[in-house]
Amino acid sequence: MRLPVLRQDDAGGGCGGCPPQDAPDSRRSFLRSTVAVGAGFAALGAALSPLADLDTDKVFAGEDFFREHYKELTAEDKARLFADIEAQIDREYGVQATVGDPRPLPGVEFVYALNLSRCDGNRACVHACVKENNQSREPEIQYIRVLEMPIGTFELERGNQYYSEKTPRPGHFYMPIQCHQCANPPCVKVCPVEATWQEADGITVVDYDWCIGCRYCQAACPYWARRFNWTDPEIPSDEINPDMAYLSNRPRSRGVMEKCTFCLQRTRKGRMPACLEACPTGARKFGNILDPGSEVSQILREKRVFVLKEEVGTRPRFFYYFDELSSRTTEGVAS
Amino acid sequence: MKEYLRFLYRCFRVSFVGDWRYQLWMLLLTIFVLLGVNAWARQFVHGLITTGMTDQVSWGLFIANFTYLVGMAAAAVMLVIPVYIYRNKELHDLVIFGELFAVAAIIMCLLFVVVDLGRPDRMQHMLMRFNFPMSLLTWDVVVLNVYLLLNLHICGYLIYSRYRKREPGKWFYIPFVFIAIVWAISIHTVTAFLLVGLGGRPYWNTAIIAPRFLASAFSAGPAFIILTLMAIQWFTSHQVPQKAYMTLRAIVVVAMSINVFLLGSELFTEFYSDSAHIASVKYLWFGIHGHDELVPWIWTALAMNLVALVMLYLPITRSRKLLAPACILLIVGIWIEKGMGLIVPAFVPSPIGEIVEYTPTLNEILICVGIWSFGLLIYTIFIRVTLPVLSGQLVADRIFHTTPNAAEEFAAANNGQSTQEVLS
Repeated sequence: MRLPVLRQDDAGGGCGGCPPQDAPDSRRSFLRSTVAVGAGFAALGAALSPLADLDTDKVFAGEDFFREHYKELTAEDKARLFADIEAQIDREYGVQATVGDPRPLPGVEFVYALNLSRCDGNRACVHACVKENNQSREPEIQYIRVLEMPIGTFELERGNQYYSEKTPRPGHFYMPIQCHQCANPPCVKVCPVEATWQEADGITVVDYDWCIGCRYCQAACPYWARRFNWTDPEIPSDEINPDMAYLSNRPRSRGVMEKCTFCLQRTRKGRMPACLEACPTGARKFGNILDPGSEVSQILREKRVFVLKEEVGTRPRFFYYFDELSSRTTEGVAS
Repeated sequence: MKEYLRFLYRCFRVSFVGDWRYQLWMLLLTIFVLLGVNAWARQFVHGLITTGMTDQVSWGLFIANFTYLVGMAAAAVMLVIPVYIYRNKELHDLVIFGELFAVAAIIMCLLFVVVDLGRPDRMQHMLMRFNFPMSLLTWDVVVLNVYLLLNLHICGYLIYSRYRKREPGKWFYIPFVFIAIVWAISIHTVTAFLLVGLGGRPYWNTAIIAPRFLASAFSAGPAFIILTLMAIQWFTSHQVPQKAYMTLRAIVVVAMSINVFLLGSELFTEFYSDSAHIASVKYLWFGIHGHDELVPWIWTALAMNLVALVMLYLPITRSRKLLAPACILLIVGIWIEKGMGLIVPAFVPSPIGEIVEYTPTLNEILICVGIWSFGLLIYTIFIRVTLPVLSGQLVADRIFHTTPNAAEEFAAANNGQSTQEVLS
């Protein structure tokens, strides 16, 4: 084979045929490699030049780097941190926001129930959600997806998420899907850094300042409920909702995961979620399942409820049901 | 210690010396690495929006290459087993090339995971809150890093012993060799389980993925080592016994046969049952609702794998002329199958039935090329320094002990001349 004897060719050698013991020759080769290394570093610098455009208020924001996990924050830490975040929101959007931290209420477990007989696909819930939760307008992020499904099937693949504004379309029903706040959440299990967890009232939250953006939770979620910030979110300043919570609707940064939190900034203070309030059809019901007198408890007792993808074992806290009045069984009895 | 540092320094010097082919190869790799660094810097500034990934297909080329390279890292073990378990002494030196490749492959794996992160600036969170043992991703971090250390130790120790002309102490490396064998299986298994454990992704939620991973890894890895050995033999004076090729070829044939069998089992189960769960498989092989971006890829992969397998069955691949193309076909075929074919279809359709296809962007491809080039670059350097040590030219008690004399270094360098692999 082609064998060694490469002195003549050797890039380190330079002069063809020189005896290898030639000292100046080797010095020249050393010089040459020094020049090469210098050129290498210059090229590396050039390669890294895009880093000059880095907005350090967004990525390496000073103490961001040393920020602690939510669960390790003391009351003073929180006060200081929330003030910092408010100041940053002021800098970025010129909005005086309040960042709070409502905790789960004792004896409360939230449950959602959605009446598929009533939903007419108007998507008011989607718009209300985007506004309430300060979701990015560009690129668009929405927690709620409404599927327009042909009557006679439950195969999600046959649903259309991009249907036209004119609803309801004959022969179709509408099925909104958002985070199901599972009691056995696969997304929480897979997170390598414990940046997402389930709270006592059943709401799964994300610490946006802890998430490393691996998107494993997004792969794990059977309901496609998680959204990733592929770049810095954009929200018009005049559309910012200033009533914020640390674990829910404060503006997110790039490279982190976010999701529906049942509007914990509202619901933990006794209000209803924005999607429910906006729904003109009354299809959405929300409340405390531990309270036997609540509307959702009554629905779960009396209606024929079901959950999506029961077979994956996630035990959702989001139930669907149909009104019996308009169901085929009732019609059959009537005729 | 001082001696060891000097060893490292001399390795560093040697890695810059080589003939024009070596210099050209290294220059090309360096250029690609820099292009990759540049692309990554852009991604770091603008976010992962610079990739073709979306909320629907949230893992793409990075994770695909990652899974593939985890498999390649097994190559080492497929050389280790014949040598240490079946006491096949002739292959002894060659084990080191396998383990060095494992080191390079794992480094590439780790880089692919890092570039996939939305917030690489927060990696330290891993150290502060490590969701072990719940998250399989933490398992992967553990097994990959330990595997890296094991291989670094084994080949580092063996090479340094040879450099010092000492007989390696058995207790310093044999136990680690055996641990590394088991560990190599664990890195695949854990990486497969990372995907298999997701109940919401029927495409991955099948027990056959881990065995398939092992089978494809144990064919692509040794195939790559065959090519490396050929390149070493082609460009240097280092002699590789014919027996090495034949042993590796036998391993590749068996592993590849199992791989194709497992693929067949999977396809039968999916298509015969014909349940709603097969949407992703259908998308991959035939396309659904007019979306068929991956179809030509997977059929190409299948054709490559089958042609390679038939070639390997036939005696024609006893000659190195045909063994090389068979190995290349197999490596590329498995790259498509394990990479794009295993990761992307799991996201199509999305869990709520939306069909969004994935096309990597140029920036994303450049990052991948950069990482691959970096891996090949360090592997070339590893081989470049290992060869003169193995051939006894780069040893502790020779060469510029008191007076640095580059001429000696030349002599040392000569034998291990330029170790370009792949390009030949």
